[in-house]
Amino acid sequence: MVAKFELTDNSVVVIIGTGAGGGTLANELAQKGVKVVALEAGGRYLPQDYVNDEWESFGQLAWLDKRTTSGDWRVARDFSGLPSWIVKAVGGSTTHWAGASLRFQDHEWKALTTYGRVDGANLLDWPIDGAEMAPWYDLAEEKMGVTLTGGRPGLPGNNNYKVLEKGALELGYKEVSTGRMAIQSTDDGPRMACQQTGFCFQGCKWGAKWSTAYTEIPEGEATGNLEVRERAHVARILHDDDGKVTGVVYFDADGNEQTQLARIVCVAGNTIESPRLLLNSATEMFPDGLANSSGQVGRNYMRHVTGSVYGVFDKPVKMWRGTTMAGIVQDEARHDPSRGFVAGYELETLALGLPFMAAFLDPGGWGREFTTALDSYENMAGMWIVGEDMPQETNRITVNRDQPDQFGLPSPNVHFSDHPNDIAMRNHAYKQGMEIYKAVGATRVFPTPPYPSTHNLGTNRMSENPRDGVVNKWGQTHDIPNLFVSDGSQFTTGAAENPTLTIVALAIRQADHIASEMAAGNL
Amino acid sequence: MNTSAKRGLSRRQLLSRSIAAGATFMVGAGFVAAQDATWATEVVALKPETMATLVQMARDIYPHDHVPTEFYVIAVKGYDTEEAAETIEAGVAALNAAAQGKGYGSYLDMGWERDRVDVLRGMEQSAFFQQIRSGLVTGLYNQKAVWPLFGYEGESFSMGGYLDRGFDDIAWL
Repeated sequence: MVAKFELTDNSVVVIIGTGAGGGTLANELAQKGVKVVALEAGGRYLPQDYVNDEWESFGQLAWLDKRTTSGDWRVARDFSGLPSWIVKAVGGSTTHWAGASLRFQDHEWKALTTYGRVDGANLLDWPIDGAEMAPWYDLAEEKMGVTLTGGRPGLPGNNNYKVLEKGALELGYKEVSTGRMAIQSTDDGPRMACQQTGFCFQGCKWGAKWSTAYTEIPEGEATGNLEVRERAHVARILHDDDGKVTGVVYFDADGNEQTQLARIVCVAGNTIESPRLLLNSATEMFPDGLANSSGQVGRNYMRHVTGSVYGVFDKPVKMWRGTTMAGIVQDEARHDPSRGFVAGYELETLALGLPFMAAFLDPGGWGREFTTALDSYENMAGMWIVGEDMPQETNRITVNRDQPDQFGLPSPNVHFSDHPNDIAMRNHAYKQGMEIYKAVGATRVFPTPPYPSTHNLGTNRMSENPRDGVVNKWGQTHDIPNLFVSDGSQFTTGAAENPTLTIVALAIRQADHIASEMAAGNL
Repeated sequence: MNTSAKRGLSRRQLLSRSIAAGATFMVGAGFVAAQDATWATEVVALKPETMATLVQMARDIYPHDHVPTEFYVIAVKGYDTEEAAETIEAGVAALNAAAQGKGYGSYLDMGWERDRVDVLRGMEQSAFFQQIRSGLVTGLYNQKAVWPLFGYEGESFSMGGYLDRGFDDIAWL
């Protein structure tokens, strides 16, 4: 029985966003008997609705609201209105993530302590550590059915993986596998087994990949404690004279303004929208935006050190066949400053279809240097770099008061410039990636620039001291006790790992905290 | 669905018409065809020679020798509208002026790709060049009929994926 709550019901927890953070939190709270209204800006799309066609799917799922860019990153030049490729739908970006589910390494929770001061970087230790998070990671891996954990077998490697594996082993790498993936690898699990169809980025039509859209959300709805309102775009968060939040104003599917009252508000709109919402909620009492006494809301925007390497061979690879993220090399994920940079990176296979390859291989490129690469599309293998980037105060989300979105709300600007450590890491990763492919006979290699960001992190960061960040170790804002942040924007640092598993683990832990604080009468 | 079916049909119709007419490069008012009749199209807003230049320009920006010209025609056909015509005519005029500056009668008079590419490099930052180039990224490469020419197989869900159809069939490693 799907719940329906009154707009005036001020006993509900309002969650903004239904992705890895919001969708998980919504279900966890609902399972504990907490009443939840989840407001989702996008519509509801399920496996039968997903389209295995890159541009058509992009039109269906991508967040395409007005955004601007600045900074020296190439995305600002090539995709000035598209800083980030995330999803606007029930399920958020768990619809299009590739499924890589890696735990942080212990030292990555303590970046400042481990790496030391880095000029120009705003490094900080998380107020939590690997031991604290281990049981929550266990729960997250069980929930998501992560392969190579809990006795679950790994996925079989596709052609793209086999090329990566052979080259990596030739180079002497040891930590090479099909990876820990939230993709069903057996026929007896809660989801259908992976059929190696490709198009993981377009939504899994088999439902083999974990997505809150068809796991957490319907499970939460089945409790009778969760109401999901689709196409509900939150404009601002309201507060009272005591500085506590009291509800949210949103535009409903018909574009009408509605006000939903709330006992607690949890923000999980992804790392661009979450700080934007806090900034757009500024009032006389909070002129710099909600929860922003530190001035850190919107700052320290991280997007991982990324980039791709494609290799062309003299025979076919057909990299698009099978899972998109089909395997991983983890040897470089360690912290080893002798390489010329702090922190580390992962190398993971990646495949794009021909239409996206044309758009992203070398944005703006043309002529025979470009087209002869595409002529060899069938003979290409591809990998993606995922490395820890340095938080910088000047990399930030701000709002454009003079450039409103379709609702008249100030749109977000995303400013990003690489830190020298990011550049050194990327160059190292390009070199290693190209060596991997050359070791198996690549005739040509391409160090491809970063795509619009898929891993967006850090703009409401977690800190021990309220001076240094926006939320405490529970994701509760330092300034406002009944306002929480529940997505990747609470990341203090980004680590080298794909962020979804950590977002989910933090959400499970946060739900536990919120429910017990509510029961204790503290919230 | 309907529009693409219609587009395919009209392309075939045009091809047969051009062959029947024994087409030469620009046939009469409003009709452009390749000399060898491998492609042909009607123009409604652009001058026929403008469309022919645009097609050559598209090929010079994204040259794939194994991709028939008809796909480039489809990729730029969308500019043949009243709204776009003024910009496109002006852009092609600039292209021809640049060719004349190098001693040729027009862009199409330049026999070597490298000479045409020189002209394009000289106007690479122009709004016209960028409009045509960026339009081709989807206009050319997002045509499903083009994909097999690159070996790309598109969706596989309708065939049950590749689990039993070669997702790991690489044999040369």
